[in-house]
Amino acid sequence: MAPLDKRLPVDAEEIVWPKSKRREVGALGAMAQVWQVVVKDSVVEWRSREIVYTVGLLGVLMVVIFSFAFVQEGGTVPHVVGGLLWVVLVFSGTIGLGRVFDRERESNTISALLLAPVSRGALYLGKLIGVMLFMMLTEAIVVPVLILLFKVQISDYGVFLALLFFGTLGFAAVGSLFAATLMRSNSRQILLGVLTYPIIMPVVSAGAKGTTALLMDPPLVAGAMIWLKLIIAFDLLFLILSMWTFGPLVSSE
Amino acid sequence: MSDFSRVKIEQIRRAFGRQPVLAGIDAELRSGELTVLMGPNGAGKSTLFGLLSTLSRPTSGRILYGNRDHRYAAIHLRHRIGLLSHGLLLYGELTCLENLIFFAKIYRMEDPLGVASQWLEAVGMTYAAHRPVRELSRGMGQRVALARALMPDPKLLLLDEPFTGLDQAATGLLRRFLSLARDSNKIVVVVTHDVEAVSGLVDRLLILDRGHIALDQAVDRPPATQLLEHYRGTVG
Repeated sequence: MAPLDKRLPVDAEEIVWPKSKRREVGALGAMAQVWQVVVKDSVVEWRSREIVYTVGLLGVLMVVIFSFAFVQEGGTVPHVVGGLLWVVLVFSGTIGLGRVFDRERESNTISALLLAPVSRGALYLGKLIGVMLFMMLTEAIVVPVLILLFKVQISDYGVFLALLFFGTLGFAAVGSLFAATLMRSNSRQILLGVLTYPIIMPVVSAGAKGTTALLMDPPLVAGAMIWLKLIIAFDLLFLILSMWTFGPLVSSE
Repeated sequence: MSDFSRVKIEQIRRAFGRQPVLAGIDAELRSGELTVLMGPNGAGKSTLFGLLSTLSRPTSGRILYGNRDHRYAAIHLRHRIGLLSHGLLLYGELTCLENLIFFAKIYRMEDPLGVASQWLEAVGMTYAAHRPVRELSRGMGQRVALARALMPDPKLLLLDEPFTGLDQAATGLLRRFLSLARDSNKIVVVVTHDVEAVSGLVDRLLILDRGHIALDQAVDRPPATQLLEHYRGTVG
């Protein structure tokens, strides 16, 4: 067999219809479909590096600008750092979130996905995991810069990372739902923030409070744990509601 | 069982706000028939395609795929519906081969690489297998999009202006696939105004005008001139 890129276009009369077999989707198949959506989104992002670079840069710039305003001799107050971290994550996350779904809109590939035998729940999960990955990559750039510039000491990295993870999950769960719903709207960039922020307010404020508790001297780890549990409860609620409503919302064009 | 031998459109109405686009239409699409759907701009052709593909829902009425109502069985029907629309529905950053492999996997097809390679060969795009779709011309992209639409072996094949941007060779290729699809008992519906391109292929002519069916007539694979006469005689 000749290498793929050495063969020439075929003559129409020689064409035969290639046959194929299909497996039933099932539960394992649905997980495989979720994985395929995540891999596809990751490959597309790897090729363009658009979201991680631009959103990471935006996040770092915001941290640097805030550091000029708030860092004094001897550091800054924990309340400021906790709040700033979550403001930066939410604003930069919104830009990335919009872009993930804009890609599906530009060549209308969302229609191809919606037309495929993929449950809406699996499609939602695939997009959500992709958004989570991009946001966490961005956080891996932004958070060390914030720690460095604001000279903060984090007492319990386990709880801090858990706050970041579950906070990001809550934001991505709601954000992915609205970003998908608004894909065909002309005002989607504005509406995405307007619709998402009020709903994720409990997660963001709990994240800020929990982060602040960890930065206190002495650190309030038990207090941070309470905020973490609150975030996890909201995450569960958001995930269930979003999976339930994703199908009808993206299909009602 | 998700197979079906006909698609029955029953009193389908679709409105956007207060503006009705389809005003209660009835039609039947049958296996082994190639139906050409024609109509002036705004007649409701794309809206009807959206409904037939299960991508959107009617305001009222129902579509039966065999005996299955699309409102309750869409997920079981989707792998039997192939859509080629205005957009390519392909990822620009992925290569032609990667796009087809992705869709083969999403459709849970066995041997995704083998199937994708066979389809690239079938549409004459093997030589561009490793080129990103964003670098392709419109006609080349349309060939890959055709492979994406046909690859899951759909029972109902919906093609919206499929000849746009195709050169003579690619038009011949598409005509060949339309013949093969009809001969293998698929239900083929083509929206086109390029009557030359479908000359000698059409079994049924469906003309929409302002949301109503103005003509639904079986024809005997007429030449382009006759198709044009039917159209002009119906909508002027």
